[in-house]
Amino acid sequence: MNNLSSPQYVIETEAITKIYGSGNTEVVAMRDASMQVEPGKVVALLGPSGSGKSTFLTAVGLINPPTSGRIIIQGKAILDGDNALVNLRSFRRQHIGFVFQKSNLIPFLSAIENVQVAMEINGVSPSAARTRAHELLDYLGVGDRANNSPSMLSGGQQQRVAVARALANHPSVILADEPTAALDSHRGRQVMELFAQVAHEQGAGVIVVTHDHRSLDVFDILYEMEDGILEKKTRETIA
Amino acid sequence: MNLARKDIRYNFGRFTLATVGVGMLLMVVMGMGGIYRGIIEDATLLIDRVGADLWIVQRNTRGPFAEVSRVPTNLVHRALAVPGVNAAREFVYHTIQREQNGKALRISVLGLSWPTDKGEWLPLSAGRPLAQNHYEMIADETLKLALGEKIKLGKEIYTVVGTTKNMISSSGDGIAFFTVADAQAIQFDTPGESTRLERAARYGRGERSDLGSNQPSLLENAEKSSAELPTLPLPQISAVMVTISPAADLDQVAKIISGWGDVSVYTSDGQRELLLKGTVEKVRRQIGLFRMLLTIIAAIIMGLILYTMTLDKIHSIALLKLIGAPNYVILGLIMQQALILGALGLIVAYSVGSKVFPMFPRRVILAQSDLIQLALIVLGISVAASFLGIWKALKVSPNEALS
Repeated sequence: MNNLSSPQYVIETEAITKIYGSGNTEVVAMRDASMQVEPGKVVALLGPSGSGKSTFLTAVGLINPPTSGRIIIQGKAILDGDNALVNLRSFRRQHIGFVFQKSNLIPFLSAIENVQVAMEINGVSPSAARTRAHELLDYLGVGDRANNSPSMLSGGQQQRVAVARALANHPSVILADEPTAALDSHRGRQVMELFAQVAHEQGAGVIVVTHDHRSLDVFDILYEMEDGILEKKTRETIA
Repeated sequence: MNLARKDIRYNFGRFTLATVGVGMLLMVVMGMGGIYRGIIEDATLLIDRVGADLWIVQRNTRGPFAEVSRVPTNLVHRALAVPGVNAAREFVYHTIQREQNGKALRISVLGLSWPTDKGEWLPLSAGRPLAQNHYEMIADETLKLALGEKIKLGKEIYTVVGTTKNMISSSGDGIAFFTVADAQAIQFDTPGESTRLERAARYGRGERSDLGSNQPSLLENAEKSSAELPTLPLPQISAVMVTISPAADLDQVAKIISGWGDVSVYTSDGQRELLLKGTVEKVRRQIGLFRMLLTIIAAIIMGLILYTMTLDKIHSIALLKLIGAPNYVILGLIMQQALILGALGLIVAYSVGSKVFPMFPRRVILAQSDLIQLALIVLGISVAASFLGIWKALKVSPNEALS
């Protein structure tokens, strides 16, 4: 994992709000959302469609900065409102791994190259990147499909490659937006367990947006978002 | 990892088609340059090959190539009398068009000053120089006259005794070399009826004058051949070519001859200048402008191809941005593809052009300097063409990877 410091929380959001448009067309997608994630913890972010889950995730992922509030990662303030305090793309490259609903692999690269590219753009030598990419694909059970193009892989295999890519640079933060939507329940649970395993083994903070209530036991912390309001929940209080 | 190469391999068929298209376009640009070079080469080839130091032409004309020039035959002897002149040759030059095997045959007729000039200086591809004063010719290969073939020009039949390669006039017609006498016979050939009418007219003019009544022998002479009449001048020639002695001063010799009131004198460089600034200038400018236009079109088409290629992978570019790829990675991806497209297009252009251009009716010369210049232009348009794609790629938000 990339070392910044050893803070109490790997992810901290302080009252982040996201407003789209202005005047009559103003829409508040997320209001005063605060969250703390300790290292090694896996967070489930639940909520109905359109509740603002993805807005929260893209804000924490430094893709879609909030209108106000602060985002602190590894104890370092990264965003103050929409004001970037570091180079966001560079920070994303080094500290954040993404997994999406769709596997989002680059079609002109093979499975192993999709993992390799994430490391090479982070300055890892091609040979070292290839070795680690092989290790990750083996770890995720798709090592035998390393040289296949994404179009030759099943949905589950593609998703595993995407997970391998997210893990490639030893990120301190892993963000997953409905990563099991395209998978059957068995595969879906496997992926969730994988996130938990990575979080526990590597000390990363993981936030997973999910609709799947069957795998909630995998998560350490539960949050629910409704109408842009984020609220911490327990298994008992979850709807 | 070279992303540009990976993407090309993935979209190999489409990239190949785009390369061939760009290559064909560049071939036309290359061809225009080659045609221009061919016109210059053809226009000045004769002046360079014939080896004259000075050209004496009709006063105040830009002859014999840029315009018609007529000088008397005895100008050769006057030139020879100038100190420093080593040799002087007659030069006859005109263009004719005849039918040969049902097809139009345009010939630039050039007279060689027999016996001093038999055409030994010509680059013969087959046969020999002229060996007699009449009825022999050396033809350029572009005239498609075979060695030994006979062709009727005027009242005489001429045999092809030698062939040359790439001896073309500035108008693109193949040159045929005859003796001056034959070249003049071809130029001034008149039908028998015309000759008879001219003689009758001459006789009539004699009859109407007192001189004809007082001297009947004059009327008898009027009916004879023009060549037998001492008072009529011999057919004129186009110019006189002068070669000066090695020790002589060219400017001094030119100054003496230019002092004569009936002629103008040009150096070989002056003749080149007259041709290039005169007859070839408009063609040169036209081709130059057309070439420039084609280069701009090639740049626009390359730009559109690269823009479309960028649009096709915009999701992948957004994804690369999302996982933190620096701009130089994305810029490199598009720029490298632009350069590969340009370089391969250039190779296609040269490979196809080398096979196609020799089939053109006029020479297309691919000079090394022109190829280097085109390579630099292609480099420039490749870079320029990639800007549109780069602009689009840099503008795309990482959010688009999530949509």
